[in-house]
Order: sequence, then C-alpha cells, then structure tokens
Amino acid sequence: MEVVRLRVNGDERVCGVPAHYTLLETLRYGLGLTGSKQGCDKGDCGACTVIVDGRAILSCITPVWEAEGREVRTVEGLARGTEPHPVQDEFDLNGAAQCGFCTPGILCSSVALLDRNPTPTREEIRAALAGNLCRCTGYAKIYDAVEAAATRVGGEARRPDGAGPGPAPKRTPARGVGV
Amino acid sequence: MSARDGRGRASGRDAPAAGQPGDGLSTIGRPMRKVDGLAKSTGRARYTDDIRLPGMLHGKILRSPHPHARIVAIDTSRAEALEGVHAVVTGSDMPTRYGIIPWTPDEYPLCVDRVRHIGDGVAAVAAVDEDTANAALDLIDVAYEELPAYLDPHKAIAADSGPYIHEPRKPGQNGNVTKVVRLEFGDVEAGLGDSHVVVEGDYFFEGTTHTPIEPHCAIGLAEGNGKLTVWSATQVPHYLHRELARVLEVDPAHVRVIQPPVGGAFGGKSEPFDLEFCVAKLSMMTGRPVKILYTREEVFYSHRGRHPFHMRYRTGATRDGMLTSVDAEIVMDGGAYASFGLVTTYYAGQLLTAPYRMPAYRFHSTRAYTNKPACGPKRGHGSVQPRFAFEVQLDRIAERLEIDPIGLRRRNFIGANTRTVNDLRITSNGFLECLDEVERASDWKRKHRRLPFGRGVGVAGSTYITGTNYPIYPNDMPQSGIQLQVDRSGRVAVFSGASEIGQGVDSMVAYIVAEELGVPLDHVRVLAGDTDFTPVDLGAYSSRVTFMLGNACIDAARKLKTQVQEAVAAEWGVKPREVLLAGGLAVQAGDTGTSMPVRDAFNLAEAAAGTLGATGSYNTPKDVHGDYRGATIGASPAYSFTAHVAEVEVDVETGFVTVDRIWIAHDCGRALNPVLVAGQMEGSAYMGFAEALMEEQIFKTEDQGRAGLHNAPSLLDYRIPTSLDTPALESLIVESIDPEGPYGAKEAGEGPLHPSIPAIANAIYDAVGVRMDSLPFSPPRVWRALRSAGVTGARRGVAR
Repeated sequence: MEVVRLRVNGDERVCGVPAHYTLLETLRYGLGLTGSKQGCDKGDCGACTVIVDGRAILSCITPVWEAEGREVRTVEGLARGTEPHPVQDEFDLNGAAQCGFCTPGILCSSVALLDRNPTPTREEIRAALAGNLCRCTGYAKIYDAVEAAATRVGGEARRPDGAGPGPAPKRTPARGVGV
Repeated sequence: MSARDGRGRASGRDAPAAGQPGDGLSTIGRPMRKVDGLAKSTGRARYTDDIRLPGMLHGKILRSPHPHARIVAIDTSRAEALEGVHAVVTGSDMPTRYGIIPWTPDEYPLCVDRVRHIGDGVAAVAAVDEDTANAALDLIDVAYEELPAYLDPHKAIAADSGPYIHEPRKPGQNGNVTKVVRLEFGDVEAGLGDSHVVVEGDYFFEGTTHTPIEPHCAIGLAEGNGKLTVWSATQVPHYLHRELARVLEVDPAHVRVIQPPVGGAFGGKSEPFDLEFCVAKLSMMTGRPVKILYTREEVFYSHRGRHPFHMRYRTGATRDGMLTSVDAEIVMDGGAYASFGLVTTYYAGQLLTAPYRMPAYRFHSTRAYTNKPACGPKRGHGSVQPRFAFEVQLDRIAERLEIDPIGLRRRNFIGANTRTVNDLRITSNGFLECLDEVERASDWKRKHRRLPFGRGVGVAGSTYITGTNYPIYPNDMPQSGIQLQVDRSGRVAVFSGASEIGQGVDSMVAYIVAEELGVPLDHVRVLAGDTDFTPVDLGAYSSRVTFMLGNACIDAARKLKTQVQEAVAAEWGVKPREVLLAGGLAVQAGDTGTSMPVRDAFNLAEAAAGTLGATGSYNTPKDVHGDYRGATIGASPAYSFTAHVAEVEVDVETGFVTVDRIWIAHDCGRALNPVLVAGQMEGSAYMGFAEALMEEQIFKTEDQGRAGLHNAPSLLDYRIPTSLDTPALESLIVESIDPEGPYGAKEAGEGPLHPSIPAIANAIYDAVGVRMDSLPFSPPRVWRALRSAGVTGARRGVAR
C-alpha cells in the first residue's frame, strides 16, 4: 500500500492504495468517486477521462502518483453547488446521453475544451472528442449539446424545463398509402 | 378518416401532428428531458460496477486456451490453498444445461467436459481482491485433450463424422448443424422463369460485435436464508431470473434480479452469461457478496453478436421493374453455441418480405456451429445481413432496367393494411414518405449518377419488427406489465419491470403517466429493474418495449384516471367524462372555470376508493400469422419502415471510403419524444455505418498460428468509429400513427440501422462503378475491387 495525496474537485484527499493503482482505480475504489468509468482499462475508449490541471487525460493509464500535487477534476466536480454545468444541462436537454456510460468522460473532454476555447466550431468539438468513444448516439446530439453549452458558459446555469433543445427534428405525417 | 384506422394519416395533412399546437397532447410528442438525464450527466447514476457491498469478494473466470478440447481433469487444490482465496467453482458444480431459447439448451455456466472456443469458461474463483483472484487462476491445473477445430461454417456443415462440436440430436446426424430452415411461398422457379431480368449475386457479411462501452458486470449476494440477489448489467432480467433459479436449483421466489442502469447493450446482454451464474454460486459457497467485471477482452469473447452470413440471391423482375420472385441461400456461422440462433435462422429469411411486394419467395438458411464465440442477436437481429444483399440486388435491377432506384422501390411498395407473401400482418406503413423525405433532403435527383467520378449517392430501404407476438418461452401471460401508485403529495410512482439500457424506456413511461394523469413530469418517479417489486416485462430486445410497455402504461394510467374522474365528478355533480386531467389540474370540460389541483383530485379519489393505484398490462395479438411451421417467427404487432440515402467519396488511390452524410427517414408510428427518436435513428445509422466500413469480429486461422484466437480483442484494434470517423447524420421522422401502438408509436431503435450498409454499398457503386459485395468496405477490400475492375487513379477527376 502507498499513501497518496490528491486534490480532487477542490478537496484535499489522502488514501492508501496498492502501488500499481491508476488514477482511475484510486478515484473509483479508493475515494468512492465512481462517476468516472472503466470501459477498456487500456486507454482506448475515453470513458475514464478526467481533467488534470485543465487538460483532459485518460485516468485509466495514468499512474496515481503522476496526479499527486495536481488539480484533478472529475464529473462529480463539474457542477457549481446545486447548479449543473451548462454542458451537463445541455446533455440532458439534447438527449446527448443515452446509456450514459461514456458521458462522464465526454463531459470532462468538453469542459476542458470550453475552458480553453469558449467558442469552438463543430470541427473543433469533433477533434476534442476524438478520444472518447460513444456507442449509442452517433455523436450528433453530443455536438448539439456542447455547441448549446458554449453559448451559455458563464451565463445561466440551467435552462427552464420545457425549454427544449433547439429546433425539434423535422417530422412528416404519412399519407396513408395503400388505401 | 380517423388517425387510428391503420392507414396512417390519410387526412393527416390537415390534422395537427403530435407535438404541434392543437393536438390535445401536453407531453407526448414534445422534446422533454429524460427522467435519468441529470443523474447520468452528473456521475450519480450507479452502474453495476459502481456498487460495492461490505465484505465483497472479487471473482475471475479461467478461460480455455483451446478452440476445441476435452477437459480431462481439473485440479483446483493449489488455487484453493492460496491465501485470500475463498472459493473455486468448476463446471461440475453447476451441471445443468441452459440456453435462452428453451428448445436449444446447449451450454453450461462453466464447461463440464468440453471447451468449444478460446475463451470458454472453465473455472471461477472468489478472492479478497482482484490481484489475488488473478493469481489464483494461474494455480488451477486443467488437462485438455485437443480436438480438431472447425472455424469455417462450410467445412463444419460438410463434416461426415465426429467428433462434432455438439452431440447430434439423433444418431447419424451432423452435430455441427444447429438449425436448417427451408420455406417457399408461391412458385419461385416459375416466377424467375417469367422474369425479364434475373439478377444473381453472392454476398458476404462479416461478423461484428456490440461493444457496449460498459463491460458486463454482475454481483451475487446469498443472504444465508435461501435468498439470492443478483445485480447484473443485463437487458433481460426476467429471463435471467428464470435461468438462475433453474440452473442453481433455487426457488424462483427466493431469487431477486436487480438491473442497475446499463451502459449500452445492443443485444449483447440479452441472455444469461457465465459471470451471473458464477457470482451467484460463489456467493452461495462463501456467504459473501461476489463481483465479477469482465475485462474488455472477455467482452469480445462473450460476443453473441452479428453472425457472419454467406448469401446467394436470385432476384427476378418484370420489364417495368416489378419484383417477380426472390430466392435466397444462406449459410450462417453461429459459433460454439445456439444462443438465439434458432430465431436468427428464421429471421434471416422471414423479415425480408416488406416493404416490397414479392409474389414468390424462397429461403434456405443453415446455421453451423464453429469453434468460435457464439453469435447471437445484435441490433437488427438476423435481418441486417439479408437486407444488405437484397438492397444491392435491387440497385442492380434498377441499373439493368434503367429505372431510378428510388422509383423502383416506390413501384414495389407493399402498402399499408396488407399481408406479406409469408403472411406477416402489416398495419401502418409510412415507407413511401420515407423515400420522399430522403429523396428531397439529399437532393437525390440532382446527384444520383450526376456527381463527379469518385463521389456518389446510394439509397436503400427496410422494415423491422416492433416486438414479437410470441414470447421466448410459451405462455399466455402479458408480455408487459406495469404498476402505478399515487402518493398524497400528488406524486405518481411507476413500478416498471422494463430494462433501461439507454433507449429511454424509463422516460417513456413517465411521459405517458404525465400525459394521462395531467401531472408535471417531475411528479413522476420511475422505479425499475428489480424483480422483487416490479411486474414482469420480458426485456429490452426485438424493439418491443415502447409498443408493449407503453400500451401497458396507458392501460394502467387510464384505470387510475377513471377512479379520479369518478371521485371528482361526484364532488362537482357532473359526469365523469366531463372531468379532464391536464396541466396539474382537474378541470371541468367546457370552459366552466371549475378546477382543482390534481393532487386534491387524487386525495378525493383516495378518500372515495381507498389507496390509489392501478396495474396495466399488454399482450400481443395472436393468430394473425400464416399457417405453416415457423409462421409465428417474425410475426409482430407492427412494423417500422426506413429509407436512407448515403453520400460517399471514394479515394481510388487508397480504397478509402469517406461517408459524408446519411439521411435517415424512419416511420416510427409516432414520436413520443422526437429528440429521443432522432437519437435512436442516429445511433442506428452510426452503427450500420460502422459495420459497413470498419468493423469485423474475426478470428485467426491455423495458418495464422493460433486457430480461433480473436484477431483484435480491444477497442483500439477492433475499430469502432470515433467522432472524426462518423458522418453527418440527418434524422427525418415520419409518423404513420399505428392503430395499435401507444399514441400510434412503433419502434425506432433497430429498424434505422438496416439501410445504412446497402445505401453505402450502392453509393460506392454510384461513385466509382464497383460493386462491393463483401463487408466491411475497408480500404484493402475496396482497393482490390477497384484494381480488379480496372479502375485506377488515372480516372480520378474524369467527369462522366
């Protein structure tokens, strides 16, 4: 066992973990912060993405001692008090999370992007999320959510219920052919 | 004509669509938040691996290194002696065969006397931590006697003597053949003989796998009083409940299955797996909770994904492009176990008979066992592969007859309220509108056969079931049940047995309750996925849940609403039907100004009738299928319809195909929440795109040194699309308002996958004049096809 000291979501934390533990294992199994997910355990899928000193990194291939003395931010630390981060709120409004398992990692990549580039283009969003696999959405609703959040960062934290995402998908009534 | 007469919205051009002002609906048809949306975006949602119980042990499964071998002996004594190991279990501890299809039980929780693929489970350990469990696996000694392995389904079928992969059901039979289906409707040979054109083609669909981002995980807890609880990332808690009780010989009344939020499934978690039996058994042996989390490699070996299909099609048509006759010969590579294979073998033929009219149709499907991980259901179960081949055949016919491919599909449209050649009952059908939408949105007329060399567009159509009329095990009980309970605060609790796997079923029932009872959405609580306190729903498979559970929910909500209306009507001295529940109020019809908060209405009803609650259920229509063996398989209460247009660019130097955009038009009946429907359409099209260009679940051959070893069991090497790979996806929702669906809804989760692959194949042909008949359309395959067709970079940029 090794004693590690981490600053996580603003808190100073101390815990004992096996020497080979990664940052992800320490967060999940040492500190009970299970929001960050393990999808592959080898840096392929991005579900474990957290923010360290402002950069999105893969916590499942980061030895925990590399994070000592640095500022770690996980999905649990994105909201301001009871107000979700605009990206979290827009994920909800836009249907950007289906199964939700890749979502914590994608949120961290998105927040890291918006913190350094508050007005990203869609291409910049695509590039920033290239290390996060999503198997449910085809990514389209995720781009919508990040774009919508970019217009709000620093502004209102939660859109009112029923505000809905931008334009609803176009719908066409069928004519009733075969009559 | 009413909107619910089964013919779609014949007068619907004038009537308001759902979600539009004047439709009389407040929640249904509108973009709403998901009930679990915030939990998932804040990290609060607790998936199975996020659960840690006091005293929990960690389990690991030892897996076979051989593709086919007899187990001669297993010695677990060294593992058991290791400090920190609490229990070791082997196949002989659970010697009861199971299988998701009751007629084909051919696997054990752990192998008893034979391993049938690399990765087959042989023994499991429970230890204080993961490291100790892994160390213990190395101390289990297994003596194997290797057997010849079958990797090629054709060779497996051709075998004339044992040892077969499974014992033949009858002496003299080939134990490598799991199922054969041969069905003919109409006179196929006469139809082909009378055709103006007959197109023949051979197609190969490589296997693919689901790769949910969440690996399978389960926790077992035997409480010592006979009760057993299993938490599992499953999409079929009810079937898991049944099989756990049967295999472990526990009274089903003592078994509780809890399904936490599931991090993606796509069909890959729709039957019991070894880890669920192992955590239960190990907990029963130790009295401690036991967790097993698959590694990503184990997820690839557990598989149950899309079968490789070898297909030969003959398709005939008249001079004006009307289909005359279709003949299909299909060999399916099933892997080591039956899984859902009996159904897959039927679906391979049964689900092709719409949206086009076929006067004559024959299919002959054979499923082989091979010494590879078992194939099973993946999104679009059994019908994605034939749809690829058939829609390419249609493109070839259109080209031969010089008919526009969309026009050809319109001509052959089967219509609404009809029967297919194999007697499937079609009700609502918005396929023509799907074609119109993709034609318009893609600017098809300006692009098809008119883009510069190297760019092209392709179209394809499809249909899919909205659940199946007959459940997996024969019974007359409802397929879906739900229970509602009202609190004095005005809150409605929904007890749902359905499986939330990301498709939004928990939200769907909340929308229906809010709509029917007039309560705000955030006054609805959905408690789901726990067999101890929710009614049975059969599971999240075959696109059944919105239709079946939605109807059950309407049934329950309307019973409850009646109680409330009666109580309020008595209070006001009016007729019950004059009491409306909407917008958080009970309101007297007719603009009288009389109203009360819906909470007060609930309290009145509770005072009048006692504790307020209701159950609801839905069962499928029976006896609406044909009169032949197998006619029930493919029979569904409703069918969805889809059309895609894909636009591609082909680099003739490298064979690299870029899909720029897919236009997806899907007839979902009615979009209960258009944002969630569009999400299903985009996710489906993405997954089809992935299978078209990138994915292949393949295994090494003997020539490659290690027969049966997975070629790429990681998310780096098994390539699934990143954000940079995925094309722009444009959803075009079509609503036909099905007469039997909840508010007219059908399915949206699987149908929209089907046309992606043939639309891309047809677009590649439009771009470079080369037919791609084998999947995936990876750069080497496309490059070889271009070379063998004599297409070289020299032609790049040449206008046609």
